[in-house]
Amino acid sequence: MSKLNPPVHQGDHFEGAANAALTLVEYGDYQCPHCGAAFPIVKQIVTHWGDKLKFVFRNFPLSNAHPMAFPAAVAAEAAARQNKYWEMHDAIFEHQKTLSPELLFLLAKNVGLDLEQFRNDIQDQDLEDMVNEDFESGIRSGVNGTPSFFINGDKYNGSYDYDSLQAALHAKVQHTHTH
Amino acid sequence: MLEKGQQAPAFDLFATPDQRLKLKDLQGKRVILAFYPADFSPVCGDQMSLYNEMLKYFRKYNAELVGISVDSKWCHMAYAQERTLHFPLLADFQPKGAIAQAYGVYNEQEGQCERALFVIDEQGTIQWSYLSPTAVNPGADGILDALESLSDNKQKTTAHV
Repeated sequence: MSKLNPPVHQGDHFEGAANAALTLVEYGDYQCPHCGAAFPIVKQIVTHWGDKLKFVFRNFPLSNAHPMAFPAAVAAEAAARQNKYWEMHDAIFEHQKTLSPELLFLLAKNVGLDLEQFRNDIQDQDLEDMVNEDFESGIRSGVNGTPSFFINGDKYNGSYDYDSLQAALHAKVQHTHTH
Repeated sequence: MLEKGQQAPAFDLFATPDQRLKLKDLQGKRVILAFYPADFSPVCGDQMSLYNEMLKYFRKYNAELVGISVDSKWCHMAYAQERTLHFPLLADFQPKGAIAQAYGVYNEQEGQCERALFVIDEQGTIQWSYLSPTAVNPGADGILDALESLSDNKQKTTAHV
């Protein structure tokens, strides 16, 4: 079974509780239609578990297939510098079908970013490096398509519908309790 | 299926409608040979599209990726254009599946290659091989691990000299 490599670390963006016993990691591409379809499902799951779950998103942009995936990932990282990562992440997925460089600026404005700083940050090589590091960690973890999920570090190979993901999360909780 | 330590069988196959590629042409580089069943499998989980995104990570380890299936050179051309693939696809077309057979990864019943990976070192020796269930995209963690251990070994040998 493929293992998340490296495990969740300080550089990761997360929703939910930092020290939750249950961790769900998604490798995703902002322009991948399957990730777009998974987005509201993941939101529902995050809401359901509340502080019992830590949800982490790592970038896995397939740039040849999806030319806006990488710029969108950089834009989300730039928003993180203004403490608006998840606002930007959500806004990008909500507008996935119409992504363009202009739209990223519009979304940045809508979530309340300082546009001057945003404009500088998206040109910062460090942010590109962060996205590439996510991608490389995905290869090492056995990501074979997007979205790919890991539950407490183990690759989840089921489908990404709500019931299947929830069943896998519940099974992991049971497993943790019996050991 | 051939395994670690065996010599990689030579090949000389069409990579484009008018160019052939030999294993010998790649001497001095590591080669990732990826046998796959057919062009034009569904997009999002497509193994070749995925590897297309990973070429720069493979090149960090001096490794070139080569895809191979029994599809014809014209089919490969259309597939590579549609998916904007930036690595060669070899046509194991005539005689059909001969190279796949030499590597022990031809599925006689289906008339196509198995989904199988080989990492070949600079001297043409197989250093890692992996057979995946046909329906499962194996990702690239195994490839990267194999390339990394090759680089580690090389460093060790150089250090002894």
